Amino acid sequence: MPALWRSTFVLVMVLLAISRPSLASEDTGNGTENTITTLPIVIWKWEEIHFPYLVALWVLVSWLCKLVFQLNPCLTRVIPESGLLICIGWVLGGIIYGADKVQTFRLQPFTFFFYLLPQIVLDAGYSMPNKLFFGNLGAILVYAVIGTCWNAATLGLALWGCWLGGAMGNIDTGLLQLLLFGSLIAAVDPVAVIAVFEEVHVNEVLYILVFGESLLNDGVTVVLFNVFDAFVSLGGAQIDAVEIIKGIISFFVVAVGGSLVGVVFALLISLLTRCTKNIQIIEPGFIFVLGYLSYLTAEMLSLSAILSCTFCGVCCQKYINANMDERSVSTVRSTMKVFANGSETIIFVFLGISAIDPSIWVWNTAFILLTLLFIFVFRFIGVFLLTWILNQYRLVPLDFIDQLVMGYGGLRGAVAYGLVLLLDENKYKEKKLMISTTLIVVYFTVMLQGITMKPLVTWLKVKRAAVSERTLAEKIQNRTFDHMLVAIEDISGQIGDNYMRDKWNNFEEKWLYWLLMTPIARKSCDPIFNIFHKLNIKDATSYVKEGERRGSLAFVRNESKADVDFNKKFGADFSEMMPYIMTENMGPDHVPVSSILRDSVPSVCLDMHEQDLKMRESEDFDAHHLLQQHLYKGRKQHRHRYSRKHLEVNKDEHEVQEIFQRTMRSRLESFKSAKMGVAPPKKISKHLKKDQPQKMPNGKSADNSKSHAYGDEDLEFSEGDSASGCEAAGGSFPMRAYRGAGIVNPAFMAEMDTMDPMPPMQQIPSWLAEAEVDSSNMVPSQRAQLTLPWTPSNLRRLAPLCLSTHSNDSFLLADSPATQEGISELPPPPPPQDGQGQGTHK
Amino acid sequence: MIWCAAVLPNTNTNSMNRWFSCFLFNIVTPAHIVRLYDRFEALDKEKTGHLRPQDFGAINRLAMNPIGDRIIGAFFSPGQETVDFHSFVRILAHFRPADKKRPKDPSMPEPVNSRTSKLKFAFQLYDQDKDGKISRAELLQVLRSMLEMQVTEEQLESIADRTIQEADLDKDDAISFEEFRKSLEKVNIDHKMSIRFLR
Repeated sequence: MPALWRSTFVLVMVLLAISRPSLASEDTGNGTENTITTLPIVIWKWEEIHFPYLVALWVLVSWLCKLVFQLNPCLTRVIPESGLLICIGWVLGGIIYGADKVQTFRLQPFTFFFYLLPQIVLDAGYSMPNKLFFGNLGAILVYAVIGTCWNAATLGLALWGCWLGGAMGNIDTGLLQLLLFGSLIAAVDPVAVIAVFEEVHVNEVLYILVFGESLLNDGVTVVLFNVFDAFVSLGGAQIDAVEIIKGIISFFVVAVGGSLVGVVFALLISLLTRCTKNIQIIEPGFIFVLGYLSYLTAEMLSLSAILSCTFCGVCCQKYINANMDERSVSTVRSTMKVFANGSETIIFVFLGISAIDPSIWVWNTAFILLTLLFIFVFRFIGVFLLTWILNQYRLVPLDFIDQLVMGYGGLRGAVAYGLVLLLDENKYKEKKLMISTTLIVVYFTVMLQGITMKPLVTWLKVKRAAVSERTLAEKIQNRTFDHMLVAIEDISGQIGDNYMRDKWNNFEEKWLYWLLMTPIARKSCDPIFNIFHKLNIKDATSYVKEGERRGSLAFVRNESKADVDFNKKFGADFSEMMPYIMTENMGPDHVPVSSILRDSVPSVCLDMHEQDLKMRESEDFDAHHLLQQHLYKGRKQHRHRYSRKHLEVNKDEHEVQEIFQRTMRSRLESFKSAKMGVAPPKKISKHLKKDQPQKMPNGKSADNSKSHAYGDEDLEFSEGDSASGCEAAGGSFPMRAYRGAGIVNPAFMAEMDTMDPMPPMQQIPSWLAEAEVDSSNMVPSQRAQLTLPWTPSNLRRLAPLCLSTHSNDSFLLADSPATQEGISELPPPPPPQDGQGQGTHK
Repeated sequence: MIWCAAVLPNTNTNSMNRWFSCFLFNIVTPAHIVRLYDRFEALDKEKTGHLRPQDFGAINRLAMNPIGDRIIGAFFSPGQETVDFHSFVRILAHFRPADKKRPKDPSMPEPVNSRTSKLKFAFQLYDQDKDGKISRAELLQVLRSMLEMQVTEEQLESIADRTIQEADLDKDDAISFEEFRKSLEKVNIDHKMSIRFLR
């Protein structure tokens, strides 16, 4: 709670800072006219920069509002964020009004339609789940087009009826104007609904229907609005059948044309990303610029800009994601979100601010209440009617609960407000009434329906989406299902969805991939293969996480940094390992993954060294000394280079080379020692012996420094990988403890040797032993990998990289006595103990 | 009965009776049967009342389907060279969406479009040697045909290994039906294995 107050205070201060200058500006305006008599040291230049400054400040204030709410989660749990933002908009508007006595800031339609809306639309299009969207495109279109027209027409007609009946008193309007009003307020804005849906994970069909509908019906509303606006301009007398038909034609031309413009731009973007490999830095920029251009171009051609932007995003996402570098993709993703979420926040805050202005308010109880009622009722009727029709044709009918939620989710939003501001006051005498009604409708739906949405969804027990963890089996099975359905449709001689989808897939594979994707991307775009790759990465990450949880002794003392540090470190190791794994497991032609990862080695490692160095320099001179031996000398001269062109500023061939050599060397050493079954490698034990006396007092530090030697990390990594799967880490970390303990105390090592009836087995890392003993049990692919040496000498070192399902047990067997001994000898490193405990439970 | 005779004038009484068993088990609606019978006749070029594998092979687009031959194989019960209309419908009825409104009747045999029987159908597409297990080799075959040229044999093998690892609970390096069912627990089979026109 104090945090909330503090940030509220900050907010108010910023606000005052904004409103003050607007007052002060008049004074300074006079001041600048004076001719200067002496050289000023600094001058007050508010006039020159006040516009961009105000814009920036407003953006800041809006975002700070969001921050304020996020500090107080119990508030956001009850009231949707959009509602809260509107509330704070009221407060801000009140403050401004109090200070200026006039509402200085208002949401201008131009700003809304050309700066704020495109970002939201592009993001929604870009992150649309493609397959679902196109799979339900029919239903979405029905809801978006027919549903919106239904909403507009019924509301307009019903209001007209009431107006004729005299329910609204004396207002100057007419059928066309009311229809126009109906059309502008027909668009459903789902921000609040989608937020709730995401929170409770409603089933994906319901989700995509609401999401897709809301996106497309914004476009449809704008088109309808323009048609009716033209009708009103023509005047009631001049409208005959021809004009109406023209209106209908123009409706479709504008909608379809806009979508086509979007598709054309999507093709352009995809083609462009084919050849942006060398300018990776601005690669993401193209997406934004072209996406925005698609919006503007459609607007210029008086086609539907929203539809254009949507389809641009929907169509290009697949190809650009495949074409672009992985980092660019994540940049695009997150930047889109920043923009979209940012402008959404601004919109809602300003929706609130705009209300605090007595000059726009005109009250007409009947008009406002009737509008609210009709909107609510006709939305439900429309949804039920359309769903009933759709259900006749759908494979999976929408059930009643889904329909109820869809109907209730008919919140109105900023598009309506933006449109109503566009009205010409000379033509529409009741513009103010329309504005106030729109605002009331927006507030009412966003607040009331938004707040009650979540309880409703929970109470109605809307079908939830199965939290599906994407597994290979599922993915493969999905593919089989697809083929199966196509085959069955062929056999039964029906031309159905699956037939069409299959046709499209063939076309896409044959032509679009060839046209729009780089050859490399084409190779790796297969979904099964993709998921395989992702799973491998996930395994590695979970390994890192697991390690962090159990064995990250190195970061015990530096808890705040532990997260970042550890991830980076293992990230580097991982990416370093990746080429081997990839070439081993996937054959040499899997270019993209390994090349990407190899690219990222230097900068990542460098970071890590910086971190590590800082840590050790301040804490531990000896460890520093040890590190010095293991790090390259040259890195400092690369550290501060700045480049606008490249992300990997510090890329240095030598570094990569050196990392590689060191890794290989230490691997070979440990391999040799393991193979011979003699005492641990001279080099490593030497370091540790040297460290030993100083290290013992603070216990764990020997282990710390140990874990930083590259080769060692690599070894551990390969062990983890060999056990592949979630249990990997469980098996491998006790192993680490064993080696750590064994190496630190040579005496103990010797003792163990004599104690053990089978010294070689004890010394050979268990996975290696496994590889030898179990090679007969291995599946052929693993044997095949064994015969695929990196170099002849380290063939065996690489063997553990391949997948083995059997290695866990042997880990446990091998390390359990060792760790127990280790505990008695050394100050016990707690995490390995955990690992041990879990291991034995298993 | 009269209606049926009107629809299918040239069926003999024997096949009529079996044809009615389709009704009895309520696996498809009469409208479907009419449509499927038309299709059956169109496929049955030699008018024998039975379909042979070649008849299926004549469907052009099926030849392009990577698992087309497996699907065809699924129509023929082991040891049989032909399939009659009754079995033809029975197989296709696997792809009928489950009818939620129909009350569950424990005394009735499990409907052919239930989740389990759908899964069984999918399972036997993999399990070509009918030993109740998807072995690694069998999985590899399917993968090979589905992934075509895009990946190397090495990659295929590691994908297959990984898949088996995921599903394999008893560590016998093969996927039994139970394991198969478990691995697809979260998939809405009714949505994925249904065809709209059979509604």
